[in-house]
Amino acid sequence: MKQRDIFIAFFRSSMLGYGGGPTTIPLVQKEVVERFKWMNNEEFGDVLAIANTLPGPIATKMAGYIGFRIGGVPGMLNAIFATILPTIILMVILLNTLIQFKDLKWVQGMTKAVVPVVAVMLTVLTWEFVQSSVKGLKWFFTTLHILVALVLIEFFGIHPGIVIIALLVIAVVKPAKTSEKRAKQKGLSI
Amino acid sequence: MIYLHIFWAFFLTNILGYGGGPATIPLIQKEVVDHYHWVTAQEFNEALAMGNALPGPIATKMGGYIGYQVGGYIGSGLAVLATVAPSLILMLTLMGLLYKFRKSPQVKRMTLYVKPTIAVLLGVMAFESFYDSYFQIGIGHILLLGIGSYLLMEKVKVHPGLVVFASLVYGAFIL
Repeated sequence: MKQRDIFIAFFRSSMLGYGGGPTTIPLVQKEVVERFKWMNNEEFGDVLAIANTLPGPIATKMAGYIGFRIGGVPGMLNAIFATILPTIILMVILLNTLIQFKDLKWVQGMTKAVVPVVAVMLTVLTWEFVQSSVKGLKWFFTTLHILVALVLIEFFGIHPGIVIIALLVIAVVKPAKTSEKRAKQKGLSI
Repeated sequence: MIYLHIFWAFFLTNILGYGGGPATIPLIQKEVVDHYHWVTAQEFNEALAMGNALPGPIATKMGGYIGYQVGGYIGSGLAVLATVAPSLILMLTLMGLLYKFRKSPQVKRMTLYVKPTIAVLLGVMAFESFYDSYFQIGIGHILLLGIGSYLLMEKVKVHPGLVVFASLVYGAFIL
């Protein structure tokens, strides 16, 4: 019964969320907090905050962790598979069908027409990342940072992974500002 | 050997991509297109369009699909495992520690500091897609499809799946 609920909750939130994992988060919250009452809003917020500090997809981390808490290892696997499996299968079938008809002229037209649409999606995503950078880093540092990263990666050909690792090291090593320290103490004392 | 490469490619991209699945897309592209040459930039874009048209997380769809194309069912499973498992294991094992430090500025800064670089990677990918498209279909079609899809998706809030479908119909009949 419980495993069935886990499957339904994560299957539904994943199948109704478009635009990648982050858009499914409010839907997961609806299922986990409001419908099945597996955790309260505050707990959910904490789990989400922690998932956000780790790399990789958010939706699968949320599913895995919440599934584990409710139903152990089977619950974890259940929640993850419900989140990702249906769409992976669809993806493989649909794209391989397209590939089989690749030599037809109208299919070639289809594959060409989709490129500008993807470009628009990527542009929108780029802008979202710029905006959320500006929220935390302000315009000056965001612009500076973007220019430096662009030059390093595109003109000097440095692997983005190296740039990212360097940034993570800076984030950890750089001492906190006094206002940040106060916030930290407050956060820890709760 | 190929399985090892598949696992490594998706492990690397997902352990470096901060900010959720979409942040890993340009890193995945770098590995599977530029480094391993498993798919072309065009094929990657097609998969990305399909991935965006279908619901659910994007990183696992890309991993599952590309893994399948390169290494069949095992490749697909490995790519998904490498995408999902490392950060989930971190989360499950370090939950207590992470909970304690969830409001620490250092931890919060990690995600924030990486964001502008992810924006650069996404922006470059967007530019390259427009650039490739310019040579494939010319500026007129790009403007029509680009502006049309932007308005439909972002202003009218039409489902991205329908917008991709509409562009496929446009391509089939007009291009």
